[in-house]
Formats: sequence, C-alpha cells, structure tokens
Amino acid sequence: MSADMTETEQVTEDTGDDVVLEVRDVKKHFPLTRGIVFKRTVGHVQAVDGVTLQLERGETLGVVGESGCGKSTFGRLLMGLERPTAGSIKLLGEEMAGLDARGLRRMRRNIQIVLQDPYSSLDPRMTVGDIVGEPYDVHTDVVPKQDRRKAVQDLLDVVGLNPEHINRYPHQFSGGQRQRIGIARALALRPKILVCDEPVSALDVSVQAQVVNLLERLQDELGLSYVFIAHDLSVVRHISDRIAVMYLGKVVEIGDEMEIYEHPTHPYTQALLSAVPVPDPRLRGHRDHIVLEGDVPSPANPPSGCRFRTRCWKAEDVCAKEEPQLVVRGPSGHLSACHFAEERDVIHAIDIPTSAADDDGSGDPSPGSVAPGPTA
Amino acid sequence: MSEILTETERRSNKSPLSGVSFDGSAPLLEVEDLEVEFHTRDGIAHAVNNVSFTLREGETLGILGESGCGKSVTAQAIMGILDTPPAKVTGGQVRYRGVDLLQLEEKTRRHIRANKIAIIFQDALSSLNPVFTVGWQLGELYRKHAGASRAQAKSKAVELLDLVGIPGAPARINSFPHQFSGGMRQRVMIAMALALEPDIIIADEPTTALDVTVQAQVMTLLSDLQREMRLGLILITHDMGVVADVADKICVMYAGHAVERADVYEIYERPAHPYTKALLESIPRVDQKGQDLTVIKGLPPALVDPPPGCSFHPRCAFARDRCTTDEPPLYEVPGNRLSACHYWEEVLES
Repeated sequence: MSADMTETEQVTEDTGDDVVLEVRDVKKHFPLTRGIVFKRTVGHVQAVDGVTLQLERGETLGVVGESGCGKSTFGRLLMGLERPTAGSIKLLGEEMAGLDARGLRRMRRNIQIVLQDPYSSLDPRMTVGDIVGEPYDVHTDVVPKQDRRKAVQDLLDVVGLNPEHINRYPHQFSGGQRQRIGIARALALRPKILVCDEPVSALDVSVQAQVVNLLERLQDELGLSYVFIAHDLSVVRHISDRIAVMYLGKVVEIGDEMEIYEHPTHPYTQALLSAVPVPDPRLRGHRDHIVLEGDVPSPANPPSGCRFRTRCWKAEDVCAKEEPQLVVRGPSGHLSACHFAEERDVIHAIDIPTSAADDDGSGDPSPGSVAPGPTA
Repeated sequence: MSEILTETERRSNKSPLSGVSFDGSAPLLEVEDLEVEFHTRDGIAHAVNNVSFTLREGETLGILGESGCGKSVTAQAIMGILDTPPAKVTGGQVRYRGVDLLQLEEKTRRHIRANKIAIIFQDALSSLNPVFTVGWQLGELYRKHAGASRAQAKSKAVELLDLVGIPGAPARINSFPHQFSGGMRQRVMIAMALALEPDIIIADEPTTALDVTVQAQVMTLLSDLQREMRLGLILITHDMGVVADVADKICVMYAGHAVERADVYEIYERPAHPYTKALLESIPRVDQKGQDLTVIKGLPPALVDPPPGCSFHPRCAFARDRCTTDEPPLYEVPGNRLSACHYWEEVLES
C-alpha cells in the first residue's frame, strides 16, 4: 500500500485480477465560498483527504465512522458522482478519475449504489417496473427492448418481491420492500460492485435482518463485492470481511473483521467500539467504556498532525506536530494511523459471572413438532 | 413544553394544584389499561390498547418497540400532549402519586407537566425554538412557571447548562440552538426537562439521531442525573442495546399492545414472548461474529386493521389456530413477569 509505487501496473494489475477496485490517495475538498456576486473561496471542507484502499472480488468492505467523517462522500466518489480533487480510483483496472461523462457512464455499469432512504430515492410517480428498468434506458444494449419486462420481473423475483407487482407505485410498498426495489435497480446492469450507503439504517429493527440477509444471499449468488457504508458497527461486523474506520476524511484503521473488532489498535476505533450498546444487561458495568469528550471537529479546519488528537486520551506533543501514517502497527499486523497504537480489547466483557457469549445458542432448535420454525 | 401559563392565569390562580392531593406512598406513576385511538380517514386506529405499567422512584423503565407500536403515543398520553383530535384517550388511568391525571383540568395538568413530569424528544433541533437563545428558552421555564425575574432566570439557566456538562455555560446561554452540535442540543433538552426538578422524565428516543460516541455521552449523563436525583425515568427506544445498558424493567410493545413486561435481566436471557425472542435473534451484536440473523417474516400490521386474535400471529413461529381467534391476555409468568402469548411456556423453554 505504499504510495511510491509507479503507474506501471496500470495495464496489468500485478495484484492479480482479484482486485476489483483500487483507490489510491483519493481526496475530495469542497470549496467554502463567501460573497454573492464576487465569490471567493475562503477555505475547503476536507471531506475525504487521502484514502487508499482496495476491494477484492466477492469481498465486503465495511466503512464506518461518525456523521461527517466523509464516508458517504467516499461512496459518491467511488460511484463517480463526485469528481475527486486528487488521487486515483481504478475500477477493474481502469482509471475513473479523468473520464468524461460518457466514459463514466460506461464505467458505472460495473458499480452501482443502494441509497439509505428508500422513501426519497424512488420517484413516487414511476411504477416499480419503470424504476427498476430505468438503467436500461441509459444502457440500451444490456437488454433488448422486448425482453425488458421479463428482465425486470426476474430482478424483482431475485430480491424477493412479487414479480406481479411490476405496475405498482413505491407508496404501495413498505420501507423494507422499497429498499428491495432500490437493490433491484442497482442490480439491473449486473454490476460487479455495490456501494451500499446506510442501506438498513432507515428500516425498522425487525425488517433490517431481512435486508441484511438478502444482501448476503445476493453476494453469494452473484459474486458481488460490497462497499458497505454504515454507522451501525454491529451490522457492519455482521456483514463485512474487512473494515475501514474513518475519522475526519481519513482512514485511521483498516483491517479484517477480527483485527478491527477483537484487536483494535487505534484509540478512535476503541472508543467507537466501546460506545456500541450491546443487547445484554449482564455486561452492564463489565464493559470497557471509553467516553470521548466533545464532538468531531469541523472538517474545514481539522486539527494539525493527528486529527483525532483533540479528543484522544493518549495525545502528546508529537501528535500535534506529526501526522501518523497508516502503516502496520501492533502484533495483529493491520494498518493503523496512531503514534501510540496499542491493542485493547474493548468489546469483550471482563469477568462476567455467567458465560456471556453463548446465549445465541438458545434460539435455533425450535420446539419439536410445534411450529413451522422461525426461519423462513 | 409550549403551553405556559399566561401572566393573568398565573395571578388569578396561585396554586393550580389546589384541591389535588397527592399520596406520597403511592407509586410515582401507574398507567393502567390505557387506551388511545386515532380517528383517521381509513378508520379508527387503536394505537394503544390496555397498556399498564408502574414506575417507582429511582427506577428506569424501558419501553421497547418498533415505529408505530404505540410507544410514543403512550408517552404523549402520559404527558397529556396528544393532538386531540385525531387522537383520543378512550380508557384507562394515568396515576401520578395516586391521582388520575386524565381526570384533571387542563390548567392543573399544565402545572404537572414540567413541574412533575417532563419529556425529552428525539429531535432536539425541532423541539427548540430557533429564534430565541438557549438561555432565554431555559429561563422561560423559571419566568413562567416559577415567577422568577429575568436575572434570576438567567443565572438559573447558567446553572442548568453547567449541570448537563456544557462547557462555558455563561457564554453559551447566548447561543442559538443551531449553534450547538447534536449532542449539545440534546443536553440542552435534558437541562430543560430538569429545570423545574420533576420526579419523572420521559425520554422518547433521546439518542436515536446521535452518533454512537455522542449517544454514550448523553446516556451516561442521563443515567447519572437520574441516579443523583432519584428520578423515575421512562426510556422509549427501538434500540435493544441502549435499554439493556440502563433499564431496570422492560415493557415490549407491538402493534399497540404491551406484549411482555419483565425485569431487564430476565427478558434478555429468557424472553417469554415470541416477538421479544425474535427481535433479540434478528439483531447483530458487535461482540459476536457469524451468528445467523433470524428474519421476522412480514411486516408490523396496520393499526386500523389489526389481525384477529394475537396481533403478532402472522409473523410468529409459535402460532397455532388458537392464536388467530383468541386474543391472548397478559399471562403471569414465574419471576414476576407478564407475557401476552398463549404459549409462553414453550417460548421460555425454546
């Protein structure tokens, strides 16, 4: 992941063709302007500031962080909905950053997005068939016109909706079903990558699992790669293979799911994990609670050096002077951007009277002959 | 908190509580068989049906449920801030220290709100008035409810902001709500609820709009204050994690019914209602990997047209013929618990 590699690998990916997406030092700065007639730039919001990561085929990369950390902007950059200020985004080995609108359109066949709010992301005046089939209007060569209806119905079937409902309107569906419509639309062009931007956070608890399980099934069946952007660390752990933790436009720690959740080394990751409520009252008072002071600083004027230092309990002078690089730190061998990176087990309880980890074992065997079983 | 006594009202009636005698030995709050209906175009929606619970001093009751289950309506009915019409309390009692609030005159209820029972809403930005400073809005409580002067009210407001941990309180009272961050605004809301030293605070999804780290700050503040002041706290949320951390008792609501009531430890360890059990199995946990999420099939029912019998039966793994016709009463389950399921014994054993 060293930035000094040259562009020689542009033609043939030396990492093998398993890497579907390669992001290198990508930045997005939004100008802050003042004045109405004579606009002048008075600063920049550094929404995304130097993110480098890779996504492999069939892999789910979770991107977590608090609101304002740049995770949604990052998703939009991947989609080509925002042009990066600097850096490179390579999709299936092809550079996206310099493409014109036509080139981008062609590239977007391979990467599609599922948006958070299933109420505002579907046009209320279009039927479900029109919504899901709209990508075929843009990319006319994917499915011949006479087969479109069939293709849309197949998609509805794939996401667990009744294909007969093709002529219904979004308001006739519930939140979970609308999210399925959004997923069907994203799948229409048979992309390789789905960017899921908070896909379940607008849904009710009892419906979230339906959509999470659907996404997992689709990944298995279609070999998709996911970039799963969310603030809910429990959902992200459930679905992700690797996780990138973002803070103020930068990735502060990245590693596979075990490394991030069991062996976090960055103080921010530790604080974030310790703040996640666990639905188990027996853990009360037994968990390692790190309560952070204050709020996320403004991305228009981030702190010097390490951006987390203003809220960090480990911060020393060096943190203000020198920006910590995202390099391998600690015994578990994943990347962390902290001068004082150190493992800390924050989500596991310390000396619990009864065993706390095995209470999900009670669920599975449904009581004999009684009921049709909880799984559908 | 919008309805404040006008100057003339306050003068004409020095004590709005005259003729009301509270019984100090009675529980802080008892809700009994509360029923609320909404008259909508599609018919009558039974938003709250036969909901009962008790809250004592220093106790935290978690009301858990999905959107549309009636948890917020219950809170609004207790506060007496339901929009009537379309909503109407059609039955039951809400007793504060033995006095049924539903029978009181509006003037008396207004006094009880803020003085005895206060509420914190989810969305602090829309609950605060954008054109007045935070200090003014906090002071308003003292000026209108306690007859304080402007200067007194101002110093009280500073004290309050200090109490809820807002740094630089003397300067911050001159800020407007939009100048605060989400977490700070929620602190202002908590300060406002605490202003007149109520006995009960109802927190309706107080941290839903906040990030996890800020959520942890606000929940810590709320439970610290609750312990210090021996408040009765009703915490309304859909987040099974948040209540597990702070609640003493849980009331699970589904489609307007309280389907299970129990001690927090019991309910998480051995749920006695299929809905509680399914919910617990359907949420991923941050401290576990690889567990399968059990899907609760289908959707919550429409309140205007609930299914016959048990309202959960179309989604229930334990459902049998009886569930489609007989509405289950709240069965008593050993361990001082209640479950509205005909087959609670099976649920407990499974």
